Formats: sequence, C-alpha cells, structure tokens
Amino acid sequence: MSFMQLADEYQTFDFQGYFASVTPEAVGASLARAGQMNCLDHRDLLNLLSPAATDFLEPMAQKASALAVQYFGRTIGLYAPLYISDFCINHCTYCGFNSKTDFPRTRLSLEQIEQEAKAVSGLGIRHILVLTGEAPAKTPLDYLEKAVALLTRYFSSVALELFPMDEDDYGRLNKAGADSLTVYQEVYERDLYREVHPKGPKSDYAFRLLTPERGARAGFRALNIGTLFGIGDPRSEAFMAGLHARFLERAFPYVEVSLSLPRMTRADGGIAPKNLHSDTGFVQTMLAWRLFMPRVGINVSTRESAAFRDQLIHLGATRYSAGSKTDVGGYSVPSNPGLEQETTVQFEITDTRSVDDVACMIRAAGCQPVFKDWEIF
Amino acid sequence: MEDRLILGDQSFSSRLLTGTGKFASKDLIAPMLEASGSELITVALRRVDPKARAQDNILAKILDSVTLLPNTSGARTAREAVRIARISRAAGCGDFIKIEVITDMQFLLPDNHQTLEATNILAKEGFIVLPDVMPDITIARQLHDAGASAVMPLGSPIGSNQGLEMAAMIQRIIDTSRLPVIVDAGIGRPSQAACAMEMGADGVLVNTAIATAQDTALAGQAFALAVKAGRMAYISKLGDQSATARDSSPLTGFLRG
Ligand code: SF4
Repeated sequence: MSFMQLADEYQTFDFQGYFASVTPEAVGASLARAGQMNCLDHRDLLNLLSPAATDFLEPMAQKASALAVQYFGRTIGLYAPLYISDFCINHCTYCGFNSKTDFPRTRLSLEQIEQEAKAVSGLGIRHILVLTGEAPAKTPLDYLEKAVALLTRYFSSVALELFPMDEDDYGRLNKAGADSLTVYQEVYERDLYREVHPKGPKSDYAFRLLTPERGARAGFRALNIGTLFGIGDPRSEAFMAGLHARFLERAFPYVEVSLSLPRMTRADGGIAPKNLHSDTGFVQTMLAWRLFMPRVGINVSTRESAAFRDQLIHLGATRYSAGSKTDVGGYSVPSNPGLEQETTVQFEITDTRSVDDVACMIRAAGCQPVFKDWEIF
Repeated sequence: MEDRLILGDQSFSSRLLTGTGKFASKDLIAPMLEASGSELITVALRRVDPKARAQDNILAKILDSVTLLPNTSGARTAREAVRIARISRAAGCGDFIKIEVITDMQFLLPDNHQTLEATNILAKEGFIVLPDVMPDITIARQLHDAGASAVMPLGSPIGSNQGLEMAAMIQRIIDTSRLPVIVDAGIGRPSQAACAMEMGADGVLVNTAIATAQDTALAGQAFALAVKAGRMAYISKLGDQSATARDSSPLTGFLRG
C-alpha cells in the first residue's frame, strides 16, 4: 500500500464539517490520551487541529514540550540550506524561481560550490541541505552526483531538496553520499494542487506524493516532508502532512521522519499567500504533530522571525536552519569569482541572525545547539 | 568487601553508567559526573566533531578520570556499527564500544541480529563490546559466545522513562547469563534503577532521566545512591517474598527443638 490510498480517502472527507463539530470534550479526551507512541489515531489528530483545540494550547504545549525533551533532550540541531541552481521549468504560482519570472539564472560550477561549502562549513555548520529548482537539463544527475560527493568533504550530513526523481536516480545520489531527502507536497488538496502547479513536471500530483516512498526505498536514512502553509486550508493540510508522516514512519521503520512547516512569505514574483497561517495556527500545528508523533523531528526555517523562533524552542521544535541564504551563491558572493551579479532569493528570510547568534539564542533558552548529529559512515 | 564491576580487562567501583546525548549544555556533564561518581559515560560518535571549537567539543567536557564508552548510535546495520567502532578507536576514543544498531526509529528498539553480527567482528578485533539488545536469553548466550564483555538489555524503549517494562525477560537474562548484565534504556527514576540492581543487574545506564532533570548533578547523585542501595540489597540476599503472612517467630518452632 502507498500513501496514495490514504490521500484518496481524505480527498472527499468533509474537513470543515468535522472541524466544526469537534467539542472541547473531544479535544480534552484526545489530549488526555496523548503521551505515548501511536496512542492517538487520525480522529485525535483532527481534534487537536480543530478550532476547539485553540482553547487548549497551553496544556497541549506542556505535554508536547515534555515529550520533545523526553525523546530529543534539551538539544536543537542546526543546518543550513545551500542553493546550487535557480533554473526551473515549473510554473508554481507561489515561487520566485517560477520559470515565468524573468531574472538572470545561475547554476554554480563545482568550483563555485566548493567556495560555498567552505563558507558555510566555516560557520560551524556540519549539516547541509542542497537545493535546486527543477531543470534536469541544467542540473543533470551526474552534476548532482559530483556536487554531493564534493559536499561530503565539508559536511558530515548532506540532505537533498531537489526535484522528484525515480528510485534509481535517488539510489545514485545516496551512493554519492547524500543521506536524507526533503520533499514537500506543498498542498495535499488535489484541485488546489493543480491550480498552483499549472504547468511543468511538478503538476504531476501523484509522482510528487509518492516521492518520499521512492526515497526511502532508494536508501535515504531520513525523510523530511511538509506542506507549504499559505496555499490550502491550514488545518486540513496540517492533518494530511501529519498523516503522511505517520504513514512513512510505519511503512519504513528504519527511516527517521521529520516534518517542516514552511509558511509563505513574499517571494520575488510570487503571489500573495491566500490562506495565511497565523502564529497561533502555526503553534497549534506543531503541538498537534508532536502529540500525534512523539518521535517525529520538527524543523523550523529562517522564514520565521527571530522573536517567533525563540519561542518555538520550548514548543517541541528539534531542528533550526541558521545563517541561511536562499539565493544561489549567497554565502560566498562577492568573493566567489563569476558570482558578482545580483541573485534572486527563493523566499525571503526573516530571521537574518548569524549562525553564532542563533546558537547563542539556543543556549540562552536552556538548550544545546547541536552542529553535528550524523556522519556518513 | 570490594565489589567492582568488571568489563573486559577493566574494573569500576561505580555501577552507574551515564550518557551525554540530551543535556541542555555540555558544561553540565562534568558536574554531573563528579556528583554521581559515574566512571563510564557513553558518547554518540556521530555527535563528535573533531573540527569543532573547544566550547562545542563534547570530548573536552568529560573528566579524565572517567572512561569513554563511545556508541554506534545512528547505525542501521552491523557494517555501519563496525565502521563507527573502528573510526572511534582510530580517533583515540579507546577500546570500549557500545553497539547500538537500531532499525526501528519509532520506538528505537535494537536489532539483535545486526548487533550480534557487529559484536562478532568487533570482539575479535579486541574491542570491549557492550551490546544493546532486546532482552532475550538466547541473544545473551550468543553474545557471550561472540566475545561480548557485557549484555545490555533495554528496560523499556530508549528515552521512554517507562522503567523496567521488560523486567521478567531481564530477570531471565540475569539468572542465566555468564556476562555482566547492564540494564540500558528506559530507566526514568532512581527507584527503577534500584529495582534493576535488586534484581541482580550488574549495572544500569541512565541518560534521559539525568540529562533532562532540572538539576542534572543532583539527579546523577540520586541515581548513584539508588544503584548502591539496590546493589547492597542484592548482595545482602534479602528474604524472599511470600504470598501469605509468615510470623517471624514460627508457631511450630518448638516441635523442631
Ligand atoms: S517551488 Fe520549486 S519547482 Fe516550483 S517554481 Fe519554485 S523552484 Fe521551481
């Protein structure tokens, strides 16, 4: 069985009707049961994501926070993204790299990637997330393989956020040294998915949905999934992402599963988010996920503001990006030859603090920043 | 009476083993070690960064008097565990190795099959191998034959603080194993540590409960005392339990007189 069956089942589910029917008693009962692995079911997750649960945020936070400490300790992992190409043939209506956006595109040469790697590893970061747009002609597999192999010399863990591939191609990148895979469905609601992905390979909903499964089969030891908040209804999207994560946990017990909750910010050329996820909604999502899946990792990116990220440490987040640059060559410009031109960012960073400042904040919050938590052995 | 824990060719006066993984700060580790008297501390090699600055270097925070017990956390196969162990030794972390091969990321339960395979290889290479296992008397016997220096059955899933969920199985290992038995994982309270020691365990490893306490040094001390009390109770051969009342001066004692 693939996640497609579950996703299909919930395409016709009356989320709004269900959410409206959730009573405080039902939320209380779900919350009371929370605390162990797999003790909450789909209904409990819906209850905890419902409007009625917003009155329970504090007790949810107390329990979620205790679970995070129990399973992850008082530690926060750190990583940084590294964009190596902004060429893209997709038409995602929400993204600054959309093929219709006119800007000078860049693809880093291996030498330029090495400059970037030196700059980021110099900041103490040992976990890197490599990103590209979707343009296989510009970033073919052998280029990506070489890039990964090069990055393993500078980082102890190399994660990928590229475009969906088949199992064999993922197998090759895994062999080259990449150990984990990030792929966001962006939006689980199928009609909306079609609407915001009008053209390009990304318009294939099913191929994208099953990407994490292909990644797990290809040998990646960690999978990170999520939904891009701002497109669909935040509550039902949070539910689908949670369901997807639990499916992956069960289907691939040897894989470490984590969730991200990117919220749309204003990107160059992008559309304004149509379903804003409020701070309260964001926190509720995190808490509900943690209670539903005590062992799941939760990543928070620099899309969020510094002040907001400071608070999330106590609410069950486990990994933070830090010192991020979301433009190609952003870490080594202007010293990187050939990268003097102004580049375009994929999304705007709100927390612009340095890696050291983020580490200081984590320490001040009573946690330990962990720069290295895996090694490609 | 000298009562020491013997592992490989080394002996320890403390039977409390501790961990480093979940502390709010690396700086809390040394005071915890001092307060608890723990002489063996486990470190995930995957967290060790030889290039890290001094303030971020975990090895710099461990007292010289304490023996390092590197672990293979993160390994999903015997092969990976073996590689991690070799890297650990080459990096100067000594001959001890705690094998953790986990293929279930939800409950973090060890894979006995892969663990045995890694033990076989590493014991031959002269490592002092302490393998983490699901409690099972057969694996305990096989690990002995493979050259392990102890067997480490889990009390309950790692980090769960659920105590000795597997008590009955652990008791069988204690009763039959020729290796020292160190209960690892799941111990959340000093009373549970004491209980494991009363059952006859040779030691316990406590990480989460100490590392996530408000006062980590005090928690370390509490566990150390509990381990000592449990050990003393075991050695003293406490009277056994009975389902019915037994008068301390038997009523029919005169008949034997
Ligand atoms: S979201 Fe990704 S696939 Fe879509 S336009 Fe942006 S870079 Fe391309």
